[in-house]
Amino acid sequence: MNISLSITKNIHNWLFSIMPEGVASIVEMALIAVIYLIIFAVAGLYLVLLERRVAAWFQLRIGPNRVGYQGLLQTMADALKLVSKELTGTVKADKFLYNLAPYFVIISSLMALALFPFTQEFQAFDINIGIFFLIAISSIGVIGILLGGWSSNNKFALIGAMRSGVQTISYELSIGLSLLTMVLLTGSLQLSEIVEVQKNGWLIVQGHIPAIIAFMIYMIAGTAETNRAPFDMVEAESELGAGFHTEYSGMKFAYFFLAEFINMFIIAAIATTVFFGAWLSPFGITDSIPWLGVFWFLAKTFVLVFVMMWFRWTFPRLRVDQLLTLEWKYLLPINLVNIVIMALIVWLNLTIKF
Amino acid sequence: MIGMTNEELQKIINSWFPSSISTTKVTEVSVENEISETKEPESTNGLEFTEEGSQFLNITVQPELLYQLMSQLKNNKETHFDYLFCLSGVDWEITLGVVYHLESTDHRHIVVVKVHTEDRENPTFDSVYDIWSTAEFHEREVFDFFGIKFNNHPNLKRLFLTDEWDGYPLRKDYVDEINMVIK
Amino acid sequence: METTIANSNFKSEEYFINMGPQHPATHGVLRLLLTIDGEIIKKVEPDLGYIHRSIEKMCERDSYQQIVHLTDRMDYLSSHINNEAVCLTVENALQLEIPDRVKVIRTIIGELTRIASHTLWWGVMGMDVGALTTYFYGFRDREMINDIFEETCGARLTMNYNIPGGLMFDIHPNFVKRTKDFIKHFKTKLPEYDTLLTGNVIFQKRMKGVGILSKEDAISFGASGPVGRGSGYSCDVRKHHPYSAYDKVSFNEVLRTEGDTFARYSVRIQEMWESMAIIEQLIDNIPEGDHQVATNAVIKLPKGEYYERVETARGELGVYIISTGTKNPYRLKFRSPGFSNLSLLNHIAVGGKIGDLVASMATLDLVIPDIDR
Repeated sequence: MNISLSITKNIHNWLFSIMPEGVASIVEMALIAVIYLIIFAVAGLYLVLLERRVAAWFQLRIGPNRVGYQGLLQTMADALKLVSKELTGTVKADKFLYNLAPYFVIISSLMALALFPFTQEFQAFDINIGIFFLIAISSIGVIGILLGGWSSNNKFALIGAMRSGVQTISYELSIGLSLLTMVLLTGSLQLSEIVEVQKNGWLIVQGHIPAIIAFMIYMIAGTAETNRAPFDMVEAESELGAGFHTEYSGMKFAYFFLAEFINMFIIAAIATTVFFGAWLSPFGITDSIPWLGVFWFLAKTFVLVFVMMWFRWTFPRLRVDQLLTLEWKYLLPINLVNIVIMALIVWLNLTIKF
Repeated sequence: MIGMTNEELQKIINSWFPSSISTTKVTEVSVENEISETKEPESTNGLEFTEEGSQFLNITVQPELLYQLMSQLKNNKETHFDYLFCLSGVDWEITLGVVYHLESTDHRHIVVVKVHTEDRENPTFDSVYDIWSTAEFHEREVFDFFGIKFNNHPNLKRLFLTDEWDGYPLRKDYVDEINMVIK
Repeated sequence: METTIANSNFKSEEYFINMGPQHPATHGVLRLLLTIDGEIIKKVEPDLGYIHRSIEKMCERDSYQQIVHLTDRMDYLSSHINNEAVCLTVENALQLEIPDRVKVIRTIIGELTRIASHTLWWGVMGMDVGALTTYFYGFRDREMINDIFEETCGARLTMNYNIPGGLMFDIHPNFVKRTKDFIKHFKTKLPEYDTLLTGNVIFQKRMKGVGILSKEDAISFGASGPVGRGSGYSCDVRKHHPYSAYDKVSFNEVLRTEGDTFARYSVRIQEMWESMAIIEQLIDNIPEGDHQVATNAVIKLPKGEYYERVETARGELGVYIISTGTKNPYRLKFRSPGFSNLSLLNHIAVGGKIGDLVASMATLDLVIPDIDR
């Protein structure tokens, strides 16, 4: 996308011309960070609104539609409310860890957000170990949850944090393995190369059967990673109050809350990139207009986000031991067999290419 | 299935408690046993039967024989009262008592067992918790509201009121200026 | 709190958790003291009395017509049936001849109450195990019943439509039509309940094999209603001791033998179908007649003891009145179904997990004001 590249190139050159090199690169990095923070905040806010409207639609009611046109300013109002709330803390809580915990989840979500190819050449951080980096970063979010539950000095929060920790660690395996299945087709971990390969057809079509199985496992494991229903034992309101973020209020609670939605967005975005061709249009119809890539990327991601919301409002919860049984006894063996099948298909050149 | 009539029930139950009352002897239950006759018993075996003022057969039993009567009412195949559907405490003003409503799920006959004591300071009966598990909570409720203690109860403490509550509210002589509204 | 722990039999190494009294899963103000070992429950001890209003003591001071108003605050989801229990006891004691019209209307409204209670139970059950949408579906159907009640009885929840001697007013002219419309509507909606929740694999895995209660234990603990019937214990008061118009209609008593939470769940769903069948048999043939029988302004029951039982949505409610001939009862005892059903919670929850405890409690369908009275 030459237009935006020249913008960044122009800003890059301008900055480097007025300041010494070190300072200019720092300013450039700070600028990109601010832009992504804005994207993060806006995306988080509107995802929350989307969830509330979708939930209302399933539950035969309307949802927020008063604040602003069709409720578009609702989460602004909620954010203002959260900012103005008192930051309570329990007396015996471990102050340092208690305050540190939300930042872990925010930072891991932000770092993951930086990798996605929104359209051609519009990617903040195109590292050659893209997928590997993504999986590694999402593991850091667990630390925030465990710290939050432990330092709250609250039995329920601790139980919730423990459950979440064990769940997240188990399902990371499935996510990693199913993404690995697709890497077999692309031969590279770098995200922009993965999109390049998909110009011959989306990976889910190229890999047909094992790719579809990998996608289904990925969706299940992804929903479990973000502690959403049907795997939300962690924050099961009917049982434990609010799980690991019981003792948080105000802005810190907002961090956890937003981070959950951004994680959902990230899981959907990874699925879009790896399975559904990121910003590529269905049969290459609008590939000549690079700007539309953003639209395609967001559309595909939001369909997957909608599916995840659909799961939440329909299915009952799995019990903790059933959750772990599902992963270790069912998903993991299926995943391993699937990798072997995919390897065979690639070796025998049975993939579908356009 | 109507089950046994009140006369038959009375005959069988009387057969367990011979007129020569001896609280240590346990009589085996058997319909063919000719210890009891069909005539109306004098209340020399610790039991009194009546049907007036009630829809069912009422048995008033002495507190010492309560547990024995209850376990035989449940275990005997003919009577087989396995469903205790109501356990209420009653304050009869002079005495304090407990009323048990029993039903048999296969024969479908109903009997009412009453027991009372004049000791209002420290009324105590035997617990029937090991015969019918439902009695555990019901006896706690009776203890809470009437102060009647039950021997061998696994967990006899107040159920509805707080542990520090003073007095037994459902007794007729309970006075509480703050909470009670007398019309 | 400290005294409770000191007096209980908890060992000091066990992990002790308090569930309630304000808690989204306990259907009311119930406090459960759980002793757990990891996820396994070692002991459950309920702590009652948070909504104890001494109804039995108040009844010793009130007249019989006033007592009826107290009863629908006990199990507020089957309020009509509670009222019917006291009215039946008084009417049988006075040996009043109740017109057929009254009996049929009482039966129809009783069955509508049962359906309303079961739809609310279903909605809350789904919410407890995590399917948050079921709550709205259950309430949507319950609203139609509440509207019917509001038109005829004047209130949506605590109806007080029954008085000793009959009904307070006659039914509204729209009653028959609206009830028939409701039945037609609900027959299309009840299969939706099955599609949404009953057939779901996750739901079945959470419910099958959980919270097993054997038939002997059910009888020994005095379980009644769907809890007893889920274990194969035939305890339907409408069949064994029929009252009102129940001897004139034909319906099945729903029994299951497995005794787990899924069995109790299926019993209630099937009971909704049976209730609709009962209403359909009666709604077109309501006999003409009076809606009341005259009683004295001051009712005095003859000296004696009276016991009547009815089948509420939760189980067998018994009313035991000891009267000495005055205008107030000497002693009035309510045998509430929830009280006996709660006593078996420790028995079925021990050895299971916390998630199973929530599911079992949801199928016991406890309404705490019924237990605490």
